[in-house]
Amino acid sequence: MTPPNETSAPVQATGTKGADAASQSLQRRLAWRSTLQAIGMLPVLIILGVVFELMSGRFMSFQNLSIVMQQASINTVLAAGMTFVILTGGIDLSVGSILAAAAMVAILGSLIPEWGMLGIPAALLAGLGLGLVNGALIAFAKLPPFIVTLGSLTAVRGLARLLGGDTTQFNPQLPFAFIGNGTLFGLPWLVWIAFAVVIISWFILRRTVLGVHIYAVGGNPDAARLTGIKVWAVLLFVYAFSGLAAGLGGVMSAARLFAANGLQLGQSYELDAIAAVILGGTSFVGGIGSIWGTLIGALIIAILTNGLILVGVSDIWQFIIKGLVIIGAVALDRYRLKGSART
Amino acid sequence: MTGSTSILEMKDISKTFPGVKALTNVSLTVYPGEIHALMGENGAGKSTLMKILSGAYQADPGGEIRINGQPVTIDGPLTARHHGISIIYQELSLAPNLTVAENMLLGREHKSGPMVDRRSMETACQSVLERLGVHFKATTKVSELSMAERQLVEIARALIANSRILVMDEPTTSLSSRETEAMFALVRQLRAEGLAIIYISHRMAEIYELAERVSVLRDGSYVGTLVGDEISAERLVQMMVGRDLSSFYKKEHDAHQSRGPVMFAVRNMGDGVRVHDCSFELHEGEVLGIAGLVGAGRTELARLIYGADPRTSGEVLLDGKRLSIHRPEDAINSGVVYLTEDRKHLGLFLDLTVRENVNISVLERDSRLGGVLNLKAAKQRAAAAIRALGIRVAGDSVLVGSLSGGNQQKVLLSRLLETKPKVLILDEPTRGVDIGAKSEIYRLIDSLARNGVGVIVISSELPEVVGICDRVLVMREGRLAGEVGGAGHPPVTQENIITIATGVREAAE
Repeated sequence: MTPPNETSAPVQATGTKGADAASQSLQRRLAWRSTLQAIGMLPVLIILGVVFELMSGRFMSFQNLSIVMQQASINTVLAAGMTFVILTGGIDLSVGSILAAAAMVAILGSLIPEWGMLGIPAALLAGLGLGLVNGALIAFAKLPPFIVTLGSLTAVRGLARLLGGDTTQFNPQLPFAFIGNGTLFGLPWLVWIAFAVVIISWFILRRTVLGVHIYAVGGNPDAARLTGIKVWAVLLFVYAFSGLAAGLGGVMSAARLFAANGLQLGQSYELDAIAAVILGGTSFVGGIGSIWGTLIGALIIAILTNGLILVGVSDIWQFIIKGLVIIGAVALDRYRLKGSART
Repeated sequence: MTGSTSILEMKDISKTFPGVKALTNVSLTVYPGEIHALMGENGAGKSTLMKILSGAYQADPGGEIRINGQPVTIDGPLTARHHGISIIYQELSLAPNLTVAENMLLGREHKSGPMVDRRSMETACQSVLERLGVHFKATTKVSELSMAERQLVEIARALIANSRILVMDEPTTSLSSRETEAMFALVRQLRAEGLAIIYISHRMAEIYELAERVSVLRDGSYVGTLVGDEISAERLVQMMVGRDLSSFYKKEHDAHQSRGPVMFAVRNMGDGVRVHDCSFELHEGEVLGIAGLVGAGRTELARLIYGADPRTSGEVLLDGKRLSIHRPEDAINSGVVYLTEDRKHLGLFLDLTVRENVNISVLERDSRLGGVLNLKAAKQRAAAAIRALGIRVAGDSVLVGSLSGGNQQKVLLSRLLETKPKVLILDEPTRGVDIGAKSEIYRLIDSLARNGVGVIVISSELPEVVGICDRVLVMREGRLAGEVGGAGHPPVTQENIITIATGVREAAE
C-alpha cells in the first residue's frame, strides 16, 4: 500500500480477523487446489500407461519409456511455443511448416564444408524470423491470428519446398547428428532438449514479468492496455517464441533423419501441438493454463501412439482411438473442474 | 396484508465454500402478497442465499427450506422452477437473437408432435404480456428491445412458468427514472396478484417505496427484520454496517487551507467527436469532481487525458511541464493514473490472483536482472495493500474474480496506489460497492488529498460528489459547462450541479 506516507494508511484492518494459523492452513489448501488443477491430466497419463502395460507387458520397460519420451520430444517443443500463443488467446497454425523450413535450412547449412554446425543457429534464426513475421502482422497490423498463421501455414510450406528445390535434401555426415540419435546420461538428447524447453518456458511464464503480462493479455486484453502493458510486445514475443520453438523442432527432426523434405516433413504437426496444449488444460480463450499441463498432454499423445502400436492396433484404428481419447480426456477434465466451484 | 401462513421459510441455512463460510444459520420467512426487501453490503451473503433458493448452490446439511409449509429439497434450477421460484438476475439471461416468446418458453416449448408449435407459444405469451401491459409483441426479437423491456421479458418468463416466488436482484440498476416508476407499478401489481417478491436493492429510496418488510444480512449472518414504520435509513445502515455512519462523507482535508499550488493542467482537450475543448486546473491536495449526465463525455475526457484514446487536440501539464502522453503507460510513468468505471472488463484480471493484480503495474520496477519477478517484493506489497485497505480475502493467492465488488475495487485502487501517483483520476470509484467499502474509499481519497495527491473524481452519484469534492466541474455535451465550489463560483450543492448539467434553459422550464 502506498499512500505517500505510512501514517496515512486510511483504514484499519477489518479483514484479517482470523488467526494466523487458520489463514496458513487456508493458504495451504489453496496451494493444494492449484496443484490439483495443474496436475490435471496426470491421472489419465498414468491410467493409459498401466492399461498398455497390462495389455502388452513391455510398455513400462525403461527402454520403451525412453522411446516414448523421444517420440514426444519434438511435439513437446512445438507445444511449449503453442502454449505461449494460446495463453494470449491466439493460435499458431504455421509451426509444422516452419519446422519443415527450419529443418531444410539446418540440412543445407550442415552441408557447408567445415562450418556444418552453422546449420543449427541458421535454422533457429529462420524459425525466429518467421515467427516474428507472424507476430508483427498480428501485433501491428492487428490481423486475426488464425488468418495470419493459416496464411503462413501455406506460404512457409511453399518456402520449405523452394529452399530444397522441391526434393529431399540429405547429409549422411551430419555434424550434429548426435542431437537426433545420441544419448546423454542414458537419455536421448532429444528428451533433454525438450525438458530444457519446458523448464525455460516455466521460468518465463511463472518467474518473469513477461510471463505475468502474457497471462494478463490473454485474460483481459483491454485491461492490459489500460494497465500500461505493452500488448504489442507481448504478442510479438509469443509468436516469435513459437517460431523459435518450431525452428528448434526443425533442428531436432533434421538431426534425427539426416534429411529434410519440404513437402512432407511436419505435416499436421500443428494439430498435435494444439491437442497437447488443450489436453494440458490451457483455456482456448487465453489467460488460463500451465506448461506442465502441456508436457503431460504431449506425453499422453506419445503414449497413445506408442502403446497402440505395441498392442498391435492397426494404423486406421490408431487415428480413431487417438481422436476419441483426446475428446474424452478433455470432457473428463471439464467435468472435474465444474465440480470444484471457485471460491 | 400478509397471509398468516408463509409461502417460503428458509431456516438455519449455512453455506461453506472452501476457506470461507458464506452463510451462517440464516433464516428468512416470506409471505404471499408481500414485497420483502433483502439488504446487506456486497459480500454479506444475499446472492449466496438466493442461489441456494434457486438451486444453483446446495446449502450445508442442517438447514431447512419449506414451501407452503412443506419441507422441500432444492437440488437444481429445475426443482426450484417446479416449486414456483423464479429469479431475475442483474445480468439478464436472455438470448437476444430469439423472439420474446421463444425466450419466455425456452426449454418448455409447446409442441405438436415433434414440431415446435409457434402459434400456441405466441398466443400464450401474448396473453401474459398483455396482463403486464407492455407494448412489444411476443414475436419481437429480444435484440430490438431496450434494457427495461428485456427485464419485462424476464418477469413475463417467470409469470408464464406460474412462479409464486419472484426474486428480483437490483432490477432498476440499468433503468431510467421513468422506467423505474413503471417497474414499481408492475411489482405492486404482482404483489396484488398474490406473488411473494424478494427484492434485493442497495437503494434506500426503493426500499421505502416498495417494501413492507426488510431483512438485513451482514457477514453471512441474519441481523434482523424491520416491518413497516420501523424501516428507516439510519436503522438499516446501522444494521448493515454494524456501526454508526454519522461521518459517512468524511472530509478532513480542508480545501482552502491545505490546497497547494496548481500542479496539473489540461488544456483544450478534445477528440473531435464526444469531447470538445476542455481546459481545467487541479491543485495539489485537491479533490476535484467532474459531474454531468450520462453521456456528457466525462469518461471520454478522462480516457483522453490518460492516453487510452487518440485525441485531436489538447495538452496535459504536470508541475508546469508538458507531458507527452500517447499511451496509458506514458501517463502511468508520468504519475497520472486512471481508475476505470468498468472494473470487470477494463480493470481487473479476474483469472489472476490478488497478488498479481495488485502488483501488475510495478512488476517491471521491482524486477531483477531485467525482468525476473521479485516474488518477495510482490508478496510484501500485496500483504501491505490487504492490510491498509482492509481487503477481505483469505490470502494473496486468491483469484480476484472470486471477490465481492467492494473488495475488487480495493484491489484495483491499491494497484494504482502502488505506482505512487501524483494525479489520480477515479471514474465512478464506488460503483457496485457496498456501504462499508464506500466509506472506506472516501476516507482513502481524503487521506490521499491530505498528502498532496491531486484527485479527480468522476461520479454520477450527486451526494457523493457534493460530499467529498472541494470543487466540481460540470460537463454537458462534451464541454465543460460550468464550475461550482471554486472562488467566484456558486457553492457545491446538488441543485447547482443539476442546473448546469441539464442546461440553463431546460432548468428554467
